[in-house]
Amino acid sequence: MSPRDTASLDALDALESQSVFILREALNKIDNPCVLWSPGKDSNVMLWLIRKAFFGQVPFPVVHIDTGRKFPEMYEFRDRHAVEWGLDFTSGECPPVEEMDPSLPAAARSAARKTAGLKRLIEQNGYTGVIAGIRRDEESTRAKERVFSPRGVTGQWDFRDQSPEFWDQFKTDFPPGTHLRIHPLLHWSEIDIWRYTQRENIPTIPLYFSRDGKRYRSLGDSDITFPIESNAADIAEIIAELEATSVPERSGRAMDHEAEDSFERLRADGYM
Amino acid sequence: MARSETPTASPVPPRIRAPARAAEEARLKVTIVGHVDHGKSSLIGRLLHDAGALPDGKVEAIRAMCERRGVPFEWAFVMDAFQAERDQAITIDSSQIWFHTEKRGYVIIDVPGHKEFVKNMVTGAASADAALLVVDAGEGVCEQSCSHGYLLHLLGIGQVCVVVNKMDAVDYDAARFAEVERDIRSFLDGLEIEATAVIPVSAHEGDNIANPSSRMPWYDGPLVSDAIDGFTLPPADFDAPLRLPVQDVYKFDTRRIVAGRIESGRLAVGDTLLFSPSNKTARVNSIEAWNVSPAPQSAGAGQSVGITLDEQIFVERGEVASHLERAPVETDVFRANLFWLGRTPLEAGAHYTLKLNTAELPVTVQSVEQVIDPTDRAPRKGGVIERNGVGEVVLQSDRIIALDEYCVLPRGGRFVLIDGYDIAGGGIVGMEGYPDQRGQITVRASNVTDVAHGVTAELRRARNKHKGGVLWFTGLSGAGKSTIAVELERRLFADGHQTYLLDGDNLRGGLNANLGFSPEDRAENIRRVGEVAALFADAGFIVISAFISPYRADRARAGAAATERGAGEFHEVYVAASLETCESRDPKGLYRKARTGEILDFTGISAPYEPPIDPALIVNTDSESVEACVDVLLDYVERYFIRS
Repeated sequence: MSPRDTASLDALDALESQSVFILREALNKIDNPCVLWSPGKDSNVMLWLIRKAFFGQVPFPVVHIDTGRKFPEMYEFRDRHAVEWGLDFTSGECPPVEEMDPSLPAAARSAARKTAGLKRLIEQNGYTGVIAGIRRDEESTRAKERVFSPRGVTGQWDFRDQSPEFWDQFKTDFPPGTHLRIHPLLHWSEIDIWRYTQRENIPTIPLYFSRDGKRYRSLGDSDITFPIESNAADIAEIIAELEATSVPERSGRAMDHEAEDSFERLRADGYM
Repeated sequence: MARSETPTASPVPPRIRAPARAAEEARLKVTIVGHVDHGKSSLIGRLLHDAGALPDGKVEAIRAMCERRGVPFEWAFVMDAFQAERDQAITIDSSQIWFHTEKRGYVIIDVPGHKEFVKNMVTGAASADAALLVVDAGEGVCEQSCSHGYLLHLLGIGQVCVVVNKMDAVDYDAARFAEVERDIRSFLDGLEIEATAVIPVSAHEGDNIANPSSRMPWYDGPLVSDAIDGFTLPPADFDAPLRLPVQDVYKFDTRRIVAGRIESGRLAVGDTLLFSPSNKTARVNSIEAWNVSPAPQSAGAGQSVGITLDEQIFVERGEVASHLERAPVETDVFRANLFWLGRTPLEAGAHYTLKLNTAELPVTVQSVEQVIDPTDRAPRKGGVIERNGVGEVVLQSDRIIALDEYCVLPRGGRFVLIDGYDIAGGGIVGMEGYPDQRGQITVRASNVTDVAHGVTAELRRARNKHKGGVLWFTGLSGAGKSTIAVELERRLFADGHQTYLLDGDNLRGGLNANLGFSPEDRAENIRRVGEVAALFADAGFIVISAFISPYRADRARAGAAATERGAGEFHEVYVAASLETCESRDPKGLYRKARTGEILDFTGISAPYEPPIDPALIVNTDSESVEACVDVLLDYVERYFIRS
């Protein structure tokens, strides 16, 4: 939580404070930023942190890169909370899969539509900063990300030569035509997200909770995302499950696992 | 790992309630550093495996990947995720991975050891609370072992455990281990780092990582897993002086909210805050927070806060809020120990952008004091600091900046330098030999109104037949300032001019008798001289001041006093002579005393002298006689005080 009468910080307070610091840097330093909202568990936490940082306001346009293949529950949640939270909301469409790199494996090729949709929206609206809720513990190329991570003119990530970043001094100067990705949740883990969601009572899509012995641990396109077997029916049970499991979070995301480098290729091209 | 055709994961986790771990405690961040190929990533892979922290299927996936590539199994592939890293079996960029022991949670930060990737090493290691320094048992202490050790020292990471890896390759030889242990301990001693343990391991074979080794019965110290459990989390700095760097000021509604993160100390509603370097004050009216009830009344180190003030003073990003007591240093010049990551070497005269907390301003490298070789810490005088090198520099800015000495308050005393679009280096601040200028720039009097003189500067000039103004001599002790000044005053007076000489030792007897020779007192001494000179100049005199006045900032303030508050002009005269010349003259025997240590902080020997950048006039007493110098000055006075 934000400041309380006691000056001491617990682990969630410390995570929150760091994210708030990053978001405030983004607002101060980026001329035309937007925030990506999926609206999965991570990006819901991110919107919550934005309101913490800016005292109830969401001073960024909120963008949903819509593949058209999300779960109906996701659209329902999105439409309701975009209004309830008073968001400056935009939905960006994605080009058809036929236009994607045919050398990619099937699921990755389908996921690449999201990159193309994002690039199109960046171009249309001239965004110079894209705030995205990725985390280091999700996936091993994300583990090597920077908080302020530059993208080239075609949106590509030059992961072989990333800028130094330390002491919370971020790269905020960049050549025209390029943009920054800002990652305020990079230092959070999956279990942190759920603990914070529980503590702050943040609204959550019901797909995460067990129904008939299955639940979704990570939400993406409905055709390439699969549920895990689980009986966790509320947040407390999800937390207990995560404390015991050794199954990776994105195991139900087909695009990550088709080839050793499929996710690296997606990310190098500008995927979140 | 699950495949697309078998999307559901492993056996159904039962609806268990694992014993709640300490969710309240933050994770401890450990970085693994050391020379390239000494086995940092392998150590992490093995540690995660032995601690049971790898996800299901990870080891099998890596084994399959190694078979596909026809390479031996490497624990390092757990961390080295990029194709390029796996192809070359080398870590390129820093990575982070989470795991926990019985005791607590950890973030393990893997960093590259290759010299080419120091920027990525710094990126990873800078946020760590503690470090494991990996040294190859066969190769022993190498260049990057030292360089990483030195960087840990600059990054302020004092908890270091040494892991001597690849003991299997030296047949688990106790004597070889003892040799490596002696070398690395002696190196770390020089950096004032005491290793918490030195552990012989084989990451490849799993000796002494999380399980004791039967192959090294001669070792009875801690395992790697014990050593990391032995590290401690840094305590929050609540009792340190308050520092709240202003990150932004928001006006989303009727509230004007000053936002920032408290870097140290604590504040409460009702506290009076001092904003530096504007030196404005206001009281905390409220601490604002969304979705928190009731509103907080106090906040402390680590918290990102927003406050409103009782007065609508203008403050902006870059200022630092503190209490009135224990305020930050204000200066426009400071020393720094820095590491350089820039593509072009750092050299004297170069311009960069400094970022320190939220402040951002242009700086110039005034001098490169020394370049340091981390392997033996041998300093070399001057020169340039190459990419991935370390050294000591003096930085100067055009504006006053609020900062702390690193040794006093680390978070207020570290900065980065930006060259073009990129961070090109980082450093820590020292103020040795330089004054806190807060005393010189703080205006304590209020309700003061200037009274206009009935006698104008023009009337004085008409009567005196010359303008009033200041000839400000600066130069080393023994350069000839007083000798030339005395002669110049005599000649000007003989010619019928209104003139007066202000000399160092004379003012020390009266007006400045309460000042010593600390950097702050020297600065105050010069401030007063500058104000007196301005008054004399305003009265129509040609003032000659003869003071070493070593700091540019002090001379600039004297100049501002003369031109802004007095009616006169300010002419900086550099009385130049080499240190050798001055020391050979040594009219007062001071250099001799300075050399023997009888006088401390002696300008040119043990305290800095900053020569003028663009003086109005230079007289060089190395090559010119006193008479010749006085003639030049008389010409100068004729031109600028009498004819113009």
